Amino acid sequence: MKSFTYERPGSPAEAAAAVARTPEAKFIAGGTNLLDLMKLQIETPRHLVDVNGLGLDTVEPTEEGGLRIGALVRNTDLAAHPRVRTDYGVLARALLAGASGQLRNKATTAGNLLQRTRCPYFYDTAQACNKRQPGSGCSALDGVSRQLAVIGGSEACIATHPGDMAVAMRVLDATVETIDAAGAARTIPIAEFHRLPGDEPSRDTNLEPGELITAVMLPKPVAGTHIYRKVRDRASYAYALVSVAAILGKDGSGHVAFGGVAHKPWRVEAAETDLPKGAKAVTEQVFAGAKPTHENAYKLKLAERTLGAALNQARA
Amino acid sequence: MKFDTQAGPNPIDRLKVVGHATDRIDGKYKTTGTAPYAYERHDVAPDAAYGYVLGSSIAKGRVRSIDTASARQAPGVIAIVTTLDTPRVERGVMNVAYLFGGDVIQHYHQAVAVVVAETFEQARAASFLVKVDYAPEAGVFDLAAAAKDAEPVPADSGEGSGGSGEERVGDFEAAFAQAPVTLDASYRTADESHAMMEPHATVAAWDGEKVTLWTSNQMIGWGHGSLAKMLNLPKDKVRLDAPYVGGGFGGKLFVRADAVLAALAAKAAGRPVKVALTRPLIANNTTHRPATIQRVRIGATQDGTITAIAHESTSGNLPDGDPETAVNQTKFLYAGKNRLTAMKLARLDLPEGNAMRAPGEAPGLAVLEVAMDEMAEKLGLDPVEFRIRNDTQVVPTKPDLRFSQRDLVGCLKLGVERFGWAKRNPKPGQVRDGQWLVGLGMAAAFRDNMVMKSGARVRLDASGTVTVETDMTDIGTGSYTIIAQTAAEMMGVPLNRVVVRLGDSDFPVSSGSGGQFGANSSTAGVYAACVKLRESIAQKLGFNATDAVFEDGEVRAGNRAIPLAQAAAEGELVAEDTIEFGDFSKTQQVSTFGAHFVEVAVDVYTAEVRVRRMLAVCAAGRILNPKSARSQVIGGMVMGTGAALMEELAVDTKRGFFANHDLAGYEVPVHADIQHQEVIFLDETDPMSSPMKAKGVGELGISGIAAAVANAIYNATGIRVRDYPITLDKLIDRMPDAA
Repeated sequence: MKSFTYERPGSPAEAAAAVARTPEAKFIAGGTNLLDLMKLQIETPRHLVDVNGLGLDTVEPTEEGGLRIGALVRNTDLAAHPRVRTDYGVLARALLAGASGQLRNKATTAGNLLQRTRCPYFYDTAQACNKRQPGSGCSALDGVSRQLAVIGGSEACIATHPGDMAVAMRVLDATVETIDAAGAARTIPIAEFHRLPGDEPSRDTNLEPGELITAVMLPKPVAGTHIYRKVRDRASYAYALVSVAAILGKDGSGHVAFGGVAHKPWRVEAAETDLPKGAKAVTEQVFAGAKPTHENAYKLKLAERTLGAALNQARA
Repeated sequence: MKFDTQAGPNPIDRLKVVGHATDRIDGKYKTTGTAPYAYERHDVAPDAAYGYVLGSSIAKGRVRSIDTASARQAPGVIAIVTTLDTPRVERGVMNVAYLFGGDVIQHYHQAVAVVVAETFEQARAASFLVKVDYAPEAGVFDLAAAAKDAEPVPADSGEGSGGSGEERVGDFEAAFAQAPVTLDASYRTADESHAMMEPHATVAAWDGEKVTLWTSNQMIGWGHGSLAKMLNLPKDKVRLDAPYVGGGFGGKLFVRADAVLAALAAKAAGRPVKVALTRPLIANNTTHRPATIQRVRIGATQDGTITAIAHESTSGNLPDGDPETAVNQTKFLYAGKNRLTAMKLARLDLPEGNAMRAPGEAPGLAVLEVAMDEMAEKLGLDPVEFRIRNDTQVVPTKPDLRFSQRDLVGCLKLGVERFGWAKRNPKPGQVRDGQWLVGLGMAAAFRDNMVMKSGARVRLDASGTVTVETDMTDIGTGSYTIIAQTAAEMMGVPLNRVVVRLGDSDFPVSSGSGGQFGANSSTAGVYAACVKLRESIAQKLGFNATDAVFEDGEVRAGNRAIPLAQAAAEGELVAEDTIEFGDFSKTQQVSTFGAHFVEVAVDVYTAEVRVRRMLAVCAAGRILNPKSARSQVIGGMVMGTGAALMEELAVDTKRGFFANHDLAGYEVPVHADIQHQEVIFLDETDPMSSPMKAKGVGELGISGIAAAVANAIYNATGIRVRDYPITLDKLIDRMPDAA
């Protein structure tokens, strides 16, 4: 860990301004990902702006019938929130499928959106990784890639977004509310929040420098069976090989997003009209143009069958 | 004491303390955080500085230069020792790769420097400022490709059951060609990491020319001699102390870089230094169980009598390394007149392959017992019945050599009854429970019972307290407790009158912990020392030693009864002895046996595998402490389930290293993977094993279990995967239509 300076600002706008004006500054909330990365010098911020004291930790109903989730609401609290449990089951299930109880107690809503990839080459500072060190290359392309992206990758990066919560938020059409250094607020649809790696894989999201997440907005609830099906190599405490976040009616109609397959939660809305026809009809469209490696091609079949399991559950 | 004749009746047979399910006497220290592990020895080295190990970023080549200038200027840095400053350190017992010194890089994450600073964080930060210039060389990293050039292994190789590279009985090829029913299948097992909870860690402190290492090591005697050699010191100038060890599984049988670098760094720093290997270093800096490619051929008559059996295995290692002895159990387990076992060794430039829990048997049975399942199906026989038909009471390769005890059939039959094996549908893929395909599988378990010379010292003081001192280690196995039980039984005192001190090289040299020899050997050493102490107590109190009964804190004979403590009223009595096992132990084959039964559920959509229940029935001599023995067996079953379902060091065959080098990438089973476990021990005593009449169980539990899981997956799905671990990607394309 490199030495860093630390401050606790008084307001979200002050926090955004502090990160914007300080070279190599970062926000810290739960720290469940950032601190690990700092220990390994994968992240080397010179200055940390601690946002934990800023409030932003409540879940409020919105006038539109949705929810406004404060950026600092802990994963445990969000998963246990009565409105989330009642109306946004896919989100509660996704949260509880992630990490461990101890980590969920600490991890925040905004921090979860910003967690970084678990690609083994990102984690080993002796290896080439364009995401960690732009221009150094990508060892994963011809390396160990069983966990990595099958679609939306580039010649520069095939990392995945490792989270579960964001996949549920994607199927819920959430929006991310932010504030910038000038104190201006904006909202970013979750679909546009995470980026594909392209030729700039070091940028995971479309946040501007110093832009601080203040809340995540959920629209009014969508009826249907809320399913989060996470498939992994062991029964708990592992990252998804493939996950399916779905809200489905008895006839199979509804919405679906996939996790563990791309640099961002993966959803193709145009394919959803075919959900009543079955999983294959949908995944053929959702994964059109997929470029798996020989090690992770199984994810395509797995995604189809996992969606099949979700459809079966909804119809039951 | 020489163990040179079958054990007769002795005080252990009273079973007043031994043989009872007993809580760990060290449990309260572990659960309250007061058991001092190596890295936490603030009590002995409160001023220790922190050493951080820098690993090589190339897999093979040379170090051209190391620039430490800016690291030395970093805050808190006290000293930096680089591999170029240090002549190549000699290798210790069982070391294959060199641990430090010189410019040759043999494998990824080989230690190239240790940075010492006031705090751990400072040492780690400064290590990133050390600039190493490498001259990389091409290496060989892919076992499948290198297997073509693998050489036959000539002689006795590898830790484990021992045995020669190629062994033939009869004419395998002719018998196999003539057999009416045959199987010829190839299999693969993965590189695996010990992944013990406590990493390799050492605190080193010099006092003049003498060095003390508080360390985490399974074999203090080996480590003591090795470190003296590696540090170029006489043995009396080196002391090791390892009272608590947080798991080893074979990864701490020998000295590793933490100990060498702590000693070198402490010398350079002029004060005590502590070094722990970070989790990312453990996969590539230390040792692992090597991957294997195995081929099994079995020929049998229509009635299921094996007439020909061949088992061949190829593994890889660094130069001077040993093969994984995966064919050994095949010499012992099943009858058959015509036999072939053979091993080949490929030269690889991956990190060092070495012993991991049940070396040989764990990957060997993972294959042999799947082949037996496949063969049983070809024969139309129940897999249990097929094994029973081919049971043997003599070693098949040496018909004159009898097993001292072998109740494999008893294990199988009891398991069949207790597990409800009769409910298994022999046709695979037939049983559905909601979204789950359900299957049952079984396998035999076998692990040889090695014995090792083992010493102990026993003291009796005026308060009647019995103190045992031996360099035996407790690596989480329960050594403290079974040693206390042994001394309590021998001296006729309750458990709470016994104090056990372990892991100090100043104590008599014991067997250490490994190869499942520790429990039987080390308690036999304590038995021997107690026999001597009883003699001096009897003499002191005026008893004839052979008549004296040690019971209830008294020594009794005829109508005399004198409190034990009285013997030490004028001064402590001390006795020391070593149990030694000579050729007598080889006049019969002493082995341990078991049967594993497993029920799995496989998600019909996703091919995720969950273990619903597992049962092990074990025949392993006298069970000294059924509670800790059970823990050993279920731990082995969990570890073998990991090998069956998820554990694999993922080889980057281009860059030459294990890429998933942390516990997020290298997954081991969690509680939710296995819902229920049960263990049954047959009531046995084996007078050929030692005066304790006990054998090992620490490795029996892992032996065979992976195959039982694999066979259950086959029974559930009809899909035979011959490539471990059986992750869902190897099943998904062949899963039945789910709807």
